[in-house]
Amino acid sequence: MEHAYFLQQLINGLSLGAIYGLIAIGYTMVYGIIGMINFAHGEIYMIGAFVALITFLVMGALGITWVPLALLLMLASAMLFTSIYGWTVERIAYRPLRSSPRLAPLISAIGVSIFLQNYVQIIQGARNKPLQPIVTGNFVMLDGEVSVSYIRLATIVITIALMYGFTQIINRTELGRAQRACEQDKTMAGLLGVNVDRIISLTFVMGAALAAVAGMMVLLTYGVIDFYIGFLAGVKAFTAAVLGGIGSLPGAMLGGFIIGLIESFWSGYVGSEWKDVATFSILVLVLIFRPTGLLGRPEIEKV
Amino acid sequence: MTAISLSSPRAVAWPAILREAGMAAAVAVLLTLPLVGFRTVDRPVGLGIETRFDEVIAAVALVFFGRLGLCLIREGQALAVLVLSIAAAVAGLLIDLPTPMLNVILVLGGAIIAIRAGISVGTHRSKLTQAERDRRMDRFGAKVQDASRFLGPIGIALAVAFPLLPIADRQLLDIGILLLTYVMLGWGLNIVVGLAGLLDLGYVAFYAIGAYSYALLATYFGLSFWACLPLAGILAVIGGVMLGFPVLRLRGDYFAIVTLGFGEIIRIILVNWYQFTGGPNGITGIPRPSFFGIADFTRTGTETMPSFAEMFGLEFSSVHRIIFLYYLILVLALMVNLFTLRIRKLPLGRAWEALREDDIACTSLGINRTNVKLAAFAIAGMFGGFAGSFFATRQGFVSPESFTFIESAIILAIVVLGGMGSQMGVVLATFLVIGLPEMFRELADYRMLAFGLGMVVIMLWRPRGLLAHRDPTVLLHGRKGSGGGGAAAGTAAAGGQGIAGGRAK
Repeated sequence: MEHAYFLQQLINGLSLGAIYGLIAIGYTMVYGIIGMINFAHGEIYMIGAFVALITFLVMGALGITWVPLALLLMLASAMLFTSIYGWTVERIAYRPLRSSPRLAPLISAIGVSIFLQNYVQIIQGARNKPLQPIVTGNFVMLDGEVSVSYIRLATIVITIALMYGFTQIINRTELGRAQRACEQDKTMAGLLGVNVDRIISLTFVMGAALAAVAGMMVLLTYGVIDFYIGFLAGVKAFTAAVLGGIGSLPGAMLGGFIIGLIESFWSGYVGSEWKDVATFSILVLVLIFRPTGLLGRPEIEKV
Repeated sequence: MTAISLSSPRAVAWPAILREAGMAAAVAVLLTLPLVGFRTVDRPVGLGIETRFDEVIAAVALVFFGRLGLCLIREGQALAVLVLSIAAAVAGLLIDLPTPMLNVILVLGGAIIAIRAGISVGTHRSKLTQAERDRRMDRFGAKVQDASRFLGPIGIALAVAFPLLPIADRQLLDIGILLLTYVMLGWGLNIVVGLAGLLDLGYVAFYAIGAYSYALLATYFGLSFWACLPLAGILAVIGGVMLGFPVLRLRGDYFAIVTLGFGEIIRIILVNWYQFTGGPNGITGIPRPSFFGIADFTRTGTETMPSFAEMFGLEFSSVHRIIFLYYLILVLALMVNLFTLRIRKLPLGRAWEALREDDIACTSLGINRTNVKLAAFAIAGMFGGFAGSFFATRQGFVSPESFTFIESAIILAIVVLGGMGSQMGVVLATFLVIGLPEMFRELADYRMLAFGLGMVVIMLWRPRGLLAHRDPTVLLHGRKGSGGGGAAAGTAAAGGQGIAGGRAK
């Protein structure tokens, strides 16, 4: 019985962590390449969840009911439209501020975050949006003591697949090479013929697309979203990125899983009220003993 | 070719402009189609959906013409754009579009483009580079900074005289108190962000500690406001030191995220520790402040204290308390300001500013980085605690809802929008950030939308803040044109004079 409960929490934690990890990648890539906290990223994730919800409802109205097709269309539309949001935010609110003092883009990002939250609240209403389960059924293990919904398993699998594909893009393709070059030295990369603006835009687009996947997964797992979900998820995902070592992709994923597991086990064994306190406390502890995060490169101070 | 284009500079490259505007419109279609075009509605059987394509079309048209206008300004057709954009803004005021949001966008968009066009018509400045524009604004900031010598006292005199003016009714006084509270918080945070250069995203935690300290001490032990004010400050300092000690070793953004976490932790504790803090319901019935413990602002007074009106032979009025609160927060805020102005000239304040500029150099010179930062953090926390107690006693009610992250963001926005380290800037930004939305209360939902948009626009326009002008507190060779410091540069005497000049400033 003990084992079963543990296993249940473990899987719940992993699926939650996968969602945090997907969002955290957006933070960590943007931070790596232009050194700013993209505060509006949590809102991008929220928009992803809303686009997925709206796509599903529109398909329902059009009469598309075959579940696999519906899910695929939801995913495609959420990723497409959300990445346009990511692109626009970068283009309007961050690009003009690239050579400004460090705080300027951060304040701009907080402004964007407030704007997007209220924008969605106004155009979609402040009430939370419940959705009937689309993917039903559970995967049963250990003689029925552990049951895991298919969607949680799918979240973990999809996340790991996306993560693998993503690492391949960063490590193998021309785009990834250009991104890594920009991360190291934007001026030099520009001199060598990399279109820095385009690379940065694409980084935002990729981050937003991943956040949209996370948004859709949250919609399918919990079945309810509102305009405010972006803030806390964003903060936790950023915590995950810092925990794993900001700028490091595997770190973001690892941080996401750790945060998800802490939350899940804390809720399961201690009580769900204090889970956020536990998360932040662990962040503080990790930063005190390992200021660069778990997988981060040590920062070299140049004088 | 060159000769032709020079002789007819008014020729507009229509295809390129139209393509650019078309691209913007296409992006707008993609942005608005899913979220604006379809609206989720609650139906008895679950969520339903309805369409609003007219709004999408209107929004896309607005984007198209807005972009077109900006392109035409760039091409030197500013006058025509000015006329058209003013017409559009007026139309936005008069004609009812499908939703009020589109009206707001039309008016604001028309106004912004009109301003751009107006500037362009007036000065032909559209050709200026960003750097040149920055320099102009910096000179303006420097002028304001110089003028603050007499603007400051004038402002204080106005603030003191304000409640005595006939126009000051209860509502205006309340807004005045609100503004002064944020000015105080802004000045407090300015110590951490503007002087010491630490990015604190959880300043609201200290505000909350101060508010709850007073609320709890007053309701549990019956302590008076005047006894609680210093206690709240001390508790906030303890909170600041407890958090600051471990995390101040962290750099930049790590520090920012930990302070954000701290702010959230405080809020979650307030929500969850139901027995002690009243949970989400908060604490009600917090006592109002007395007139320095000798008189009370009720009609009849209490057993221990006479009524304020009776004591001074005035006719009873509920406004007395509001006026008293107004002066109280004015004094508290000015205290923070005075403190900041003075401490900048002490070794500690100099160490803060030096740390902000280059902390490695400071460490090499033997400044204890952690302790100096901790001092800034704790002192700013104390002022936040004072402001919090004031907030609690003014409201008579506290709940965790008043201490969300958005509050920290607003205070930080005040500091950064005003221009980091600029005391005048904080006041100006408070009027913009708090005062302006206060005037448009009836817009309700759209207020925060405009607030977020405003933050972005101001940052794009003035990335270093409205009154960003960093005056060195100490100068080696004195200010240009202030005495003979420049002529005798290099001698010890001139150096001394320069420092004295810097001090006198």
